[in-house]
Amino acid sequence: MPDSILWLAVLITLITSVTFLLVRDWRLSLALLALQYCGMFLLVLSHWPPGMAAAKLITGWMSAAILGMTQSGFPNFTYLDSSWPEGRTFRLFIAALVIIAIASFAPSLLVWLPGISLPVGYGGMILIGMGILQLGITIQPLRVTIGMLTVLSGFEILYASIENSVLVAALLSVVNLGLALVGVYLINAEDSARQVEEVK
Amino acid sequence: MSAPVIWLGIPVVAAVLFWAIRSERWTAILGGSLALILSILAAVIPIDQAILLGNISIRIASTFEILGRRFILSSSDQVILVLIYGIISFWFFGSFVIKFAHRLVPLGLMITALLIGSLAVEPFLYAALLIEMAVLIAVPLLAPPDKRPGRGVIRFLIFQTLAMPFILFSGFLLSGVEASPADISLVIQAAVLLSLGFAFLLAVFPFYTWIPMICQEAPPYAVGFVLMLFPTISLLFGLRFLDRYTFLREARQLYEILQFISILTMVTAGIWVMFERHAGRIMGYAAVIATAMSILAISLPNSAAAVGFVFLLIIPRALGLGVWSLAATLLHQHTHSLAFTDIKGQARHLPLVSAAIIGATLSLAGVVPFAGFPIQFSLWDKIGGSSVPLGIWFGIGILGLTVSALRTLAVLVMAPENTLWQSSESWSERILLGLGLGALVMFGLFPQWTQLLLVSLPTVFERLGK
Repeated sequence: MPDSILWLAVLITLITSVTFLLVRDWRLSLALLALQYCGMFLLVLSHWPPGMAAAKLITGWMSAAILGMTQSGFPNFTYLDSSWPEGRTFRLFIAALVIIAIASFAPSLLVWLPGISLPVGYGGMILIGMGILQLGITIQPLRVTIGMLTVLSGFEILYASIENSVLVAALLSVVNLGLALVGVYLINAEDSARQVEEVK
Repeated sequence: MSAPVIWLGIPVVAAVLFWAIRSERWTAILGGSLALILSILAAVIPIDQAILLGNISIRIASTFEILGRRFILSSSDQVILVLIYGIISFWFFGSFVIKFAHRLVPLGLMITALLIGSLAVEPFLYAALLIEMAVLIAVPLLAPPDKRPGRGVIRFLIFQTLAMPFILFSGFLLSGVEASPADISLVIQAAVLLSLGFAFLLAVFPFYTWIPMICQEAPPYAVGFVLMLFPTISLLFGLRFLDRYTFLREARQLYEILQFISILTMVTAGIWVMFERHAGRIMGYAAVIATAMSILAISLPNSAAAVGFVFLLIIPRALGLGVWSLAATLLHQHTHSLAFTDIKGQARHLPLVSAAIIGATLSLAGVVPFAGFPIQFSLWDKIGGSSVPLGIWFGIGILGLTVSALRTLAVLVMAPENTLWQSSESWSERILLGLGLGALVMFGLFPQWTQLLLVSLPTVFERLGK
């Protein structure tokens, strides 16, 4: 696969993961997640045959669809994380710090994981870093689920370069879908609790 | 018929069937009975040997193949099966009294099967994926469907999920280390990733924050089940790593790191728990200390003794958490909170529940004459014998837990003057709590009962157990 396409995929993962930190609308968040899986698909494609890489894309889209269908059943409600600054500038600033850290660490990944290309290393690390950042600043079930799916996507990009077993890919897909279902369960629980509080 | 079908397949199928049963009572009875039967079968049925039933000869194979991978439950794993299914059967029977069987039994059976599967799967790195699936199934158990999910559940999910990538990566690097053991940088990378993976999985310092949180938010019975099962299986999984990789087993630095981390975990948890004002969170810290103690046991220079300690610590831990979670659930049903301000003076109304909470905490602290004492005292003796400062730090952790047990006792009996002692527990609750307290004392007075476990240890871990 040409390097230019891989770098385009890195750009997609960077833009989607950073934008996700800044937006609060769930529709946009899930659209970004779906787009992020396209970037992941391109990066995984450099190590896996198209059929297997497509399985990752489909799994990711299914996860996003599961979350979207659940969220669409609830009235629009803006959740706020009161414990963290909500300002976009602040979030952009910490995202920049994470990107700088990744930029300095990603090249050494080539030594750790022989056979991996620089764009794949960057793509994987960006998703892991941004996912962890997202997990660190929220406890909203939807955002936590998307954060964890992002971390797992980053890991799967890197892991695809060293493991091409079909069974591992299948089990990771099960984990991704399971994570989305757990997210749905937590979103439902949150909504039920909110309704009970409103009735009171 | 193969062993994995019996001890992994049947529980999974039963879990689905039990989901359909609406009666709490029947779910508890059937689930508890199934787990007990599986435990007894593991004790009596030989694996990979012919059994004669009249004219019929049956052989239970140890291996089950699926998609090119194997699940192996050999005769050496039978002691683990007896232990795990035996423990969960009592948990399931107890769930009837507190009306929690309908959620615990199906999810608990599924979690148990997946976790035992993680010990049986070959190549054993697939275990990380199975553990992750068990974590995902544990979330509905810990987060009630009508309650806002708290930080503890979210952190549990995040931390346990983060363990999986680290362990999978370390597995890849470890296979490289096996091929070229002289490559120091590769060894360091593998060790770092493996340590991080197990730090998340076992919830050692500083990744144990979710445990006290979850003890405050989630149903105590579910928390007790999770805190009993997950660390136990993770420890056995960790021992398998040590048993398999010679360079890990022979690295002196690894044992020093394990010692440092476990003592740090014990001391920090011991200090926090001393100032805690929530009975649930106290038990969370007790569980953290119990896990740290098992890790400390692994760091002993004699590997056979280390494995022996890890196994012997399982029973008092399970017993302590079981009695505590049952008692805490009953207390919670009366007070709707386990904060000290809410449980003040409850010993007058719930004497046996209060005694069980104190007894379980003291047992986990290793106080005489409870189940934790004999084994924890021997471990303390071994640790103190090898290094006096380590022995002192160990003592500080234990002291913190003992102080918190005494503070809980003081709060529970702090009733207004002229309050009458009046037990409001039901007979079934009294019987179950009495049995639990009795078992805590009996295992403390007769520790030789648990020694039976040690007989099979050399076969469980080929290299570590000898």
